[in-house]
Amino acid sequence: MKTFAMKTATALAVGAALALGGGVTGSAVAAPKKGGTLTFVVPAEPPSYDGHKETTFALIHPIAPFYSVLIRVNPDNPASTTDFRCDLCTEMPKPTDGGTTYTFKIRKGVQFSDATELTAHDIVATYQKIIFPPQGVASARKAFYVMVDSVTAPDPYTVVFKLKYPSGAFIPALANPYNFIYSKARLDQDMHWYEKNIMGSGPFLFESREAGAVIRGKANPHYYHKGKPYLDGFNAIFADKQSLRVQAIQGDRAAIEFRGFPPKSRDDLKKALGKDLTVQESDWNCVLLATPNTQKKPFDDVRVRRALTLAIDRWGGSKYLSQIAIVRAVGGVAFPGHPLAANKAEMQKIAGYWPDLKKSRAEARRLLKEAGVPDLKFELHNRGVDQPYKIVGTWLIDQWKQVGVTVTQRVQPTGPFYDTLRKKKDFDVSLDFNCQAVVNPLLDVAKFISDDKTGNQYGAYQDRDLDKLFDAMNQEGDPKKQRTLMREFEKRALDDQAWNMITLWWYRIIPHRSYVKGWKISPSHYLNQDLSGVWIEK
Amino acid sequence: MAAGASPSGIMYQYILKRLLLLFPTLVGAAVLVFFLMRMIPGDVCELRMAGTGAYFDKEALKICQTELGLDRPMMVQFWEFIKGVFVFDFGNSMYTGYPIVAEIGLRFELSLQVAIMATITAIVLAIPLGTISAIKQNTWIDYGVRAFSIAGIAMPSFWLGILIILGLLITTKSWFGTAWMPPIQYKPLWVDPVYNLSMLIWPAVATGYRYSAVATRMTRSAMLEVLREDYVRTARAKGLLEKIIIRRHALKNSLLPVVTVIGIEFAFLMGGLVVTEQVFNLNGLGKLFVVSVTNHDYNMTQALVMLVVTVFVLTNFVVDVMYGWLDPRIHYR
Repeated sequence: MKTFAMKTATALAVGAALALGGGVTGSAVAAPKKGGTLTFVVPAEPPSYDGHKETTFALIHPIAPFYSVLIRVNPDNPASTTDFRCDLCTEMPKPTDGGTTYTFKIRKGVQFSDATELTAHDIVATYQKIIFPPQGVASARKAFYVMVDSVTAPDPYTVVFKLKYPSGAFIPALANPYNFIYSKARLDQDMHWYEKNIMGSGPFLFESREAGAVIRGKANPHYYHKGKPYLDGFNAIFADKQSLRVQAIQGDRAAIEFRGFPPKSRDDLKKALGKDLTVQESDWNCVLLATPNTQKKPFDDVRVRRALTLAIDRWGGSKYLSQIAIVRAVGGVAFPGHPLAANKAEMQKIAGYWPDLKKSRAEARRLLKEAGVPDLKFELHNRGVDQPYKIVGTWLIDQWKQVGVTVTQRVQPTGPFYDTLRKKKDFDVSLDFNCQAVVNPLLDVAKFISDDKTGNQYGAYQDRDLDKLFDAMNQEGDPKKQRTLMREFEKRALDDQAWNMITLWWYRIIPHRSYVKGWKISPSHYLNQDLSGVWIEK
Repeated sequence: MAAGASPSGIMYQYILKRLLLLFPTLVGAAVLVFFLMRMIPGDVCELRMAGTGAYFDKEALKICQTELGLDRPMMVQFWEFIKGVFVFDFGNSMYTGYPIVAEIGLRFELSLQVAIMATITAIVLAIPLGTISAIKQNTWIDYGVRAFSIAGIAMPSFWLGILIILGLLITTKSWFGTAWMPPIQYKPLWVDPVYNLSMLIWPAVATGYRYSAVATRMTRSAMLEVLREDYVRTARAKGLLEKIIIRRHALKNSLLPVVTVIGIEFAFLMGGLVVTEQVFNLNGLGKLFVVSVTNHDYNMTQALVMLVVTVFVLTNFVVDVMYGWLDPRIHYR
């Protein structure tokens, strides 16, 4: 099974090279400088400090700089979807035992901020909490590690993961940026200690928090990546209004915001700041889906669902919608650009992606007529967030109108929106999203499997064939076969059964002050946020 | 006046009666906010699990709901809340887990400062403008003041706030070559007064303008009414100087409705600057209100409503007491 890792690595590396259109404009390569404080804005305040429990990016931006992780996406090449590097380990391991054992050697001399040494036992305690949380302890991402059988530390500097089966999803899952390494001693005392306390071994030390206002960090003098961090510290200011965040960059009250702005804000800032602004852009591992409620008529009829997806002009939408909204790439179930994602020719075979729009919409009308609903009327349930939900929702209504379908839109704030999806389930068609940290299509497509197998599929359908394909993909060692299975999965989910309608993948735009150097955009707002490589050149 | 009771004794009785009335008001507000909040679909745990839209762990949701007591019967939750109100213990924020009294305390200072600054701005503008507008009725001065005050009422303060920030960014860029905007991190007045004022003066002006517009119109109409009273005509007839008539006889008597408006507006500012605080990124009570409602943080929202109701009741009480000082004809029973 040694070849499995090699094959995966080779295939993924080639894919990575081709992967993303992430780009930087206006920045020049320069030698890092020490000193200075980076001030950035964060759209929300994290509920707690525990990365294992929380799911919001608002935790990553101010808190990730305080922690180390076992492995991570390559901070020098974060645009790659397949390039993973050690943080606390010394070398990326090659799997043994037929791809079921991963042995990580751990750095020596790494200190937590209380000056105790970080060892393999801390890493094991951390992953035990994440993968096998004790009763009463929440772990938001334990489903990522269904392939893991055990985590052990045979000595203080070795961690061994034993898997139930070889899985290409394991290494990306391990590189999840929420997997902060905690102190075993603290966890032994209180599993909830990290919810209100910060004690890591990352590039920065926690300095202070003002509730609702700011979290401050200062450089960790004992950081194990020598010479880093370059900054003396950072201020993460919470600012929930987007207009204020844009103005803060314009008025230099903040240098950057790491989530992303719409095209208009980028253009306004560019016009106002000129060469003082650098813009980094990338495809984004987030996608909006239109999900029909298969428990309601006529959405239980595959002809109606196929008609709705056939009506959508994704190729045209990409061109025009990307000028006003944070969406751009046309793609299927896997993040566009990843080796497991469909290429354009493959996509164009799927219903709703056909190159001939007239043919597509004629087929949609025919299917609606055949299903007995040529004048279909329904309500689109949407989330009360402008970018990109309401814009994409409005666009979809227009798309469906082209085939004679009349749609009204019901927009709800986030709380009631999820209550409708998860409890009331009284919607006709709802917009929904899939937004992941590490690009890991093998697991990310769990969104599409039967609702009794995953917690977040709101179409209320069961499709055992899809479940089988999902399991087969995740237990397949050969990347070529994985890819073939992914195509079958995609065809069934989006075309044959049309359980979901993928709209457009998001597009991440980060305009920032040009004096911010060393930060590189990634295809996710969760990744590469420890700030160790960032410096200020004023 | 009750027979045999001294004026000060009656005053104390009145104060006591008003303070006692605070309790049923608070209980009524508590019942309303408790049940209204729970009528909104969803809860704080579901919101916290919204995250990536992908892996929603039902077990984690249950753990969260148990930790926060959301799985307990509604009446048990209500009883806990009511008990807390009476001992001033609102528990912890359901979102951040920190004690509510501490979270509110952090923001109270900033909101109070903005409310005081806005009130000063309003008074400084409203009383002279309203008075002069009444004195110079139907002249270009009157028309100018009326236009100014109608614009203030028509213009939402948050919109004016946005205009102020944009104006500052554009003008400073064109004048000095570097765009400047007010700070977005708070420092207390006694730590760095210049920094503090450079941050808070703008929201105070934005809200103070609207506030002053209401008070200006009220001052003008009250003044016009008083200036037509017999005692003002008598004062003029006996040859008193016009400025003495205005200051001593007319203005003081016309302030009753103005004081009422100022009181209500002040109470409103203490918890009502929801959008303006967001526009200027002020970490005050208004912003906390919006965030706690959005996050379905029942405990925090309930505590904030209790606080705002208390501020309203107490402010009204102070206004009522001031009536007696402004107009000795008013008696308390």
